[in-house]
Amino acid sequence: MLGFIVKRTGAALATLVAASVLIFMFIHLIPGEPAAVMLGDAATPEQVAALRTRLGLDEPLIIQYFYWAGNALQGDLGRSIFFDEPVTTVIADGAETSILLASITMIWVVLIGVPVGVIAAMRRGSWLDQGLSGLAMLLASIPTFWVGLYLILVFAAQLGWLPSSGYPSIFDEGGLANLRYLILPSLALATPNAALILRLTRASMLDVSKEDYVRTARAKGISPRQVTVRHILRNALLVVVSAFGFTFAALISEAVVTETVFALPGIGRTVVQSILRRDYPVIQGVILVIVCLYLVLNLLVDISYRFLDPRVELE
Amino acid sequence: MTATLQGVFGAAIRRPLTAFGLLFLVVVIVFALASPLIAPYSPLEIDSLNRLVPPNAEHWFGTDHFGRDTFSRVVYGARLALLIGIGVVGFALMTGVPIGVVSALYPRLGRVLMRGVDVLMAFPSLLLALGLIVILGRGVSNAILAIGVVYLTTTARIVYGVTLRLREETYVEAAQSMGAGTLWTVRKHILPNMISPLLVQASFVFAFAQLGAASLDFLGLGTPPDIPSWGNMLAESRLYITRAPWLLFFPGMMIALTAFSLNLTGDALRDHMDPRFREAMGNRKRT
Repeated sequence: MLGFIVKRTGAALATLVAASVLIFMFIHLIPGEPAAVMLGDAATPEQVAALRTRLGLDEPLIIQYFYWAGNALQGDLGRSIFFDEPVTTVIADGAETSILLASITMIWVVLIGVPVGVIAAMRRGSWLDQGLSGLAMLLASIPTFWVGLYLILVFAAQLGWLPSSGYPSIFDEGGLANLRYLILPSLALATPNAALILRLTRASMLDVSKEDYVRTARAKGISPRQVTVRHILRNALLVVVSAFGFTFAALISEAVVTETVFALPGIGRTVVQSILRRDYPVIQGVILVIVCLYLVLNLLVDISYRFLDPRVELE
Repeated sequence: MTATLQGVFGAAIRRPLTAFGLLFLVVVIVFALASPLIAPYSPLEIDSLNRLVPPNAEHWFGTDHFGRDTFSRVVYGARLALLIGIGVVGFALMTGVPIGVVSALYPRLGRVLMRGVDVLMAFPSLLLALGLIVILGRGVSNAILAIGVVYLTTTARIVYGVTLRLREETYVEAAQSMGAGTLWTVRKHILPNMISPLLVQASFVFAFAQLGAASLDFLGLGTPPDIPSWGNMLAESRLYITRAPWLLFFPGMMIALTAFSLNLTGDALRDHMDPRFREAMGNRKRT
């Protein structure tokens, strides 16, 4: 077990280092001189020179990388050109919205995707199963922003039940009630992901139900309900849990679009706006943080999977 | 190949949903190939007297804020959808297949190449595409490239796995012991046996490419705004969703149904090919 953890952590670290080189190179791969591109056409040569010095762009690339990576390790991701604030502050400002949005979305995904997937698997081949599976495939094919715009049209514009845009912090006036701002965005974001988890849960249940130990349990005369819950579901959920790391990455990606649709002050919208503002240090910082998070999460999923199911061998 | 297609059509008859998917894809292809014949108006024709007109006999899908005919724009949008799909699938196959095959045949080089693939996979897909768009700039071909890189990774992974298994096959070993060169083995034994899984992968990548491109368009970082793409139409409809909900409905429906049809086709292909796929990886050469 310890060997497994060490090996997997090592692999994740190696990937992180390689990814960090790519993220670092990003700013240099953009055509044109980075400092001039970031400041735009209106910048004077003096301003460009000042920014070059500030970003250390006069040093050789390899030295620049070590400076950048060294600072990042100490929690310094550089300064935003647009806000003139540390990138970490810009990220922290969007973190609350993004973390809450992702968490609420995950709740929908688990609450809807898993039980419905179980129902479809238990009624395999019935019209209910076919209908649910077809619906899941359709929902997985719909762009999240389209769902979002329809939710706004129906629940915000026509019915007036929920707010259509923005999100005031839960620590500001309104408190926890402000979470209602995240209901429509999280539903939009959950749609394709719940559909995918539904399909996965169903497939995994059907796989497990073919296992020998399930046949044995049935042969022993255990009630079908008990077999489903204790033998099939428990083992099928292992696969589903291991997909959560993947789902999280999908959430982060799609949140970029969802946060734009609902004008949420989250990290995803910051990325899009930073692209339009050519605020490259922010883009680099956000991508680095997200890649870290993704790798850590996948590592935890891998380890807990191994912990839950000792049959899993390290390749 | 013919047997494959027959199988898919056979499955389509048994499964009405798959039949619907194939039929819808035919509609999209016809729209794309014959847009000038089908569209009643030019997709760019501005008619300021008929702005935001609801669907009627003259404008089946209504008009947008410039008075442009939504149906004509939807028809022309099919061209871009196909272009993006074919481009992304082509790029993913042309890069992913060589990377996967070479990595499996030359383990030393393979370790480096597949690590590279792992690193790219550590980036959430849309963020990777957005980063590449920043480097490459906005445009149709750059959108294809940016989304293509995302699916290069999954394609290379699949090809790598399949090649590793095929390499162990008796007939491959036999061919090699008889002095067959690597290139010959790849051309004669490995690539032909990979067609089934690659077809499945291609239909899913085609579907994801539609959604990815629509997201980029929606964020204003994909197709230039003067080109009628379904994603651009949705992005423009945002400001008028309460006044002109038809602008939201039709392009979104086209994106969703195209992706849905491709997913259905991919599923049908996979169900149909699974036994063969196992066979190809299991013991015998497929003819």
